[in-house]
Amino acid sequence: MRQIAIYGKGGIGKSTTTQNTVAGLAYLGKKVMIVGCDPKADSTRLILHAKAQNTVMDLVRELGTVEDLEIEDVMKIGYGGIKCVESGGPEPGVGCAGRGVITAINFLEENGAYTPDLDFVFYDVLGDVVCGGFAMPIREGKAEEIYIVCSGEMMAMYAANNIAKGILKYASSGKVRLAGLICNARKTDMEFELVSALAAKLGTQMIHFVPRDNQVQRAEMRRMTVIEYSPEHPQAQEYRVLAEKILNNKMLVIPTPLEMEELEDLLMEFGIMEAEDESVVGVVEKAA
Amino acid sequence: MSHSNKKIEGITKEFTQAVIDKALDVYPEKARKKRAPHLAPNDPTSGSTCVKSNRKTVPGVMSARGCAYAGAKGVVWGPIRDMVHVSHGPVGCGWYSWGTRRNLMSGINGVNQFGMQFTSDFQEKDIVYGGDKKLKTLLAEAHELFPLAKGISVLSECPVGLIGDDINSVAKQAAKDLDIPVIPCNCEGFRGVSQSLGHHISNDTIRDYIIGTREFAEPSSPYDISLIGDYNIGGDVWSAKALLEEIGLNVKSVWTGDGELEKIAATHTVKLNLIHCYRSMNYMCKVMEEKYGIPWLEFNFFGPTKIRESLRQIAERFDDTIKENVERVIAKYDPIMQAIVDEYKPRLDGKKVMLLVGGLRPRHTIGAYEDLGMVCVGSGYEFAHGDDYERTQPEMPEATVVYDDPSEFEFEQFVHAMKPDLIGSGIKEKYVFQKMGIPFRQMHSWDYSGPYHGYQGFSIFARDIDMAVNSPTWGLVKSPF
Repeated sequence: MRQIAIYGKGGIGKSTTTQNTVAGLAYLGKKVMIVGCDPKADSTRLILHAKAQNTVMDLVRELGTVEDLEIEDVMKIGYGGIKCVESGGPEPGVGCAGRGVITAINFLEENGAYTPDLDFVFYDVLGDVVCGGFAMPIREGKAEEIYIVCSGEMMAMYAANNIAKGILKYASSGKVRLAGLICNARKTDMEFELVSALAAKLGTQMIHFVPRDNQVQRAEMRRMTVIEYSPEHPQAQEYRVLAEKILNNKMLVIPTPLEMEELEDLLMEFGIMEAEDESVVGVVEKAA
Repeated sequence: MSHSNKKIEGITKEFTQAVIDKALDVYPEKARKKRAPHLAPNDPTSGSTCVKSNRKTVPGVMSARGCAYAGAKGVVWGPIRDMVHVSHGPVGCGWYSWGTRRNLMSGINGVNQFGMQFTSDFQEKDIVYGGDKKLKTLLAEAHELFPLAKGISVLSECPVGLIGDDINSVAKQAAKDLDIPVIPCNCEGFRGVSQSLGHHISNDTIRDYIIGTREFAEPSSPYDISLIGDYNIGGDVWSAKALLEEIGLNVKSVWTGDGELEKIAATHTVKLNLIHCYRSMNYMCKVMEEKYGIPWLEFNFFGPTKIRESLRQIAERFDDTIKENVERVIAKYDPIMQAIVDEYKPRLDGKKVMLLVGGLRPRHTIGAYEDLGMVCVGSGYEFAHGDDYERTQPEMPEATVVYDDPSEFEFEQFVHAMKPDLIGSGIKEKYVFQKMGIPFRQMHSWDYSGPYHGYQGFSIFARDIDMAVNSPTWGLVKSPF
């Protein structure tokens, strides 16, 4: 069983990419479980055609304790036999979402959710690793492969680099490795080249460049993956290719994250960012 | 074991149910509905449990329960004497769980016994930046200060689980660096409904990190046993162990009162596990049964009647030598026990006792009271499960009150109705009832006394009960309640 965690900047398309890729793996005959690790609980809706499934934490809140929960209550089966679980958690601004992830994953472990017939477990994790809870999926004995979803946008690349720093910390004491960047294209300038260059600097690969296509949105409106909605569409083929690449990926590395200057140099090299003019920093506008 | 149906004059199913209903009457409807299934008149013959248990405490009531950390630190891990036990988190949990349970330890402090308080003393910065680096340093320092400690347990307090520190990876690295077992125990207090989950988590860590990792130095014999789930409260282990040795058995390890890590780790080679506290350690008995084929047996060393029964049950598992030894030992102690009964029974005969304690005492001690002529009119647990009540109901007289995780209010109501001459419960209950002028014994820690186990313990038990019930003090107390 390969366990894979998907990280990336908030809003970059982690959940969409994860579900489409997992649908691709299911299409290839693989047995997969998705564990949504985000209180928003939108990691499984395209697989289940559901608005949102009952999350582990929803039921814990209802029943009072996690001990009273049964695995059948929280695990749903969707497209291609994909098993779906959402950790869930509090609304923004209250409680502890990170603990929700820990509670949910512990619950799955203790209740035998990790069955030997599974080929893959995917963790779709909230944008930033803000506390130990969101690092739970990459603790020892869990995901050893991480993919970072990013784009050619500056902030997405900053985020990818920061996540690589987090992976480095865990990689030095355990088996977790960076397995590649997935470029979820935003049609920014020189996107392919830029993300490939960032991947190279991080010591990894851009495993796939997923072009932007509105077919993804059309499928989403039907709460479906592209693979299920329009298997013949070229975009479905892109996700199948990505799934195939992940299936055969052997390139697992300890990342070499960049310093801030290096990252800016890279952006400048591709003409995304202007060189800073230090002489104007902190100088107020001259009175007319 | 067949039990004749015990009855007490004046206590009927209807009477007890009315008492329960009256206690429930003050609750708001929702709380009443939740609490009702946890209280019942005893039905000793039904074979099924008469009360619901192991559920979340109703908010707003005063419960006597502890937390998962308490179950790990205070009960299972803490008593192992040759280890350093780290309370990982803010200082309070460690401080208030230091030695209060009276799990006595032999050995020399700092050399082969570490009954001290170790804590990582979390501060604001540890919450914000994580406590993993501090834990790493602490483990190295503890090992440097106490190189003879056989291992270290890391017992998580609440904040560690909240910020998601990975103590497992720190422990793993430290175990490698320091070359001793370092056991991470994710027993955060907020997990589960009571200390019971802490016992279970601790059993799981013994399974994952300890059992099977050592062998006993001396060769094995057909009489090798271990004593499981005895925490040496007031010296109980020493009394029980002496008795088991007197009948010819080799007590190779004790879990975990006055316990030693390496002996616990080698327990997978014994022939029989004798379990005292079923609730807190049945998990590991079952693991050893499944994995190593070691049978296990529950026994009861409170009071001569139960001791006799248990010794004979134990003998059944061994050859004629042990059977003969058991009969010889029973014959030796019978007159001594009879002398104790003769001395105290006239003063205690017919007196009523009510119990609210933890693991096994609400059922196991009933026989000892009965040996002294007393009757149990109510019993219950803080954190029991269904299988505990199954074992309790046959021990209790018919229609007496069974209460699971009772609130202080319910307990008081039952006491007013049942009018016991003695209450055996915890420190939180002690002064409430003493102020009412009702004799009380703190039965978690044997009230600064003990041991109560074995033949040796019964004389002390009888003396203490007599002292509590018949003290002239109570005649001088005028309760305003």
